[in-house]
Amino acid sequence: MGKMKGAVVVDENRCKGCSLCVVACPTHSLALATGEVNHKGYAFCKQVDLDACTGCTSCAMVCPDGCITVYRKKEE
Amino acid sequence: MTREEIIQPGNLVYQKPELMNDVQMHYCPGCSHGVVHKLVAEVIAEMGMEDKTIGVSPVGCAVFAYRYLDIDWEEAAHGRAPALATACKRLWPDHLVFTYQGDGDLGCIGLAETVHALNRGENITIIFINNAIYGMTGGQMAPTTLMGMKTATCPFGRDPELHGYPLKITEMAAQLEGTAYVTRQSVQSVAAIRKCKKAIRHAFENSMNGKGSNLIEVVSTCNSGWKMSPVKANKWMEEHMFDYYNIGDLKDSEAKH
Repeated sequence: MGKMKGAVVVDENRCKGCSLCVVACPTHSLALATGEVNHKGYAFCKQVDLDACTGCTSCAMVCPDGCITVYRKKEE
Repeated sequence: MTREEIIQPGNLVYQKPELMNDVQMHYCPGCSHGVVHKLVAEVIAEMGMEDKTIGVSPVGCAVFAYRYLDIDWEEAAHGRAPALATACKRLWPDHLVFTYQGDGDLGCIGLAETVHALNRGENITIIFINNAIYGMTGGQMAPTTLMGMKTATCPFGRDPELHGYPLKITEMAAQLEGTAYVTRQSVQSVAAIRKCKKAIRHAFENSMNGKGSNLIEVVSTCNSGWKMSPVKANKWMEEHMFDYYNIGDLKDSEAKH
């Protein structure tokens, strides 16, 4: 069976850096940005581990501001 | 497989609900309101009721709910959302009518309206966000503030001799003949969010099928009012709130036995 590969796209200017998605991610693929902030001054969330994500959508579900879009594809 | 190959329209599995507007929400980072807003938007879209839903927004943090979801809204006077929802539902029985209220709006100034609307068995759904504090006005004591919990107006902790006991509104509602579905949910984890979504769907379907009134209490966090980080607030809620406000269905007249 092929492995699921996911990708997370974050609306960086909508994100408020609450870090609930970082805690919810079972593969530890997300982290808050260090050294950069969005136009409101929040350290936004970023996908740091591009390989580990399985596209489980946990991060997107717990995001209170709907900043996260998730894509998932089966590895051939 | 490259990231560009995964990010294709055909592989999309989750995005912000279509009914949620692009306008930035004013809630504090990590506030539970946003998650509940998303669930309401998703359930309305799944039921195909986008053009036939009337929400009634409260006075409190969720006062601007009408800016965030692309459905019809009414803005009620403080605590009077169930009365307004009663009117809307009686005038438009084919519409899905729900109120969205906090613990100050529903449990304090609007308690009479809430109890009577539920007792009359109006075919509406009341979504009750209980974060045990007045969030909008700066963290004062609410009727649902836990024993010993510190707020701006009880800086030494809530004392039952001085302030009385926390009000279990959902337990009260379960005793009323007019209610069809009374439940207490939370949205701190993925599992809890899924359960809460199911509860909202069940309540909305009940109100459309004329089964009676429905109350969904969502035990929530107010990390700004509690003076914690969003992650810590979720933990604190699990450790302290759930002991007093037990999660689960209190009444379901439609349950299959």
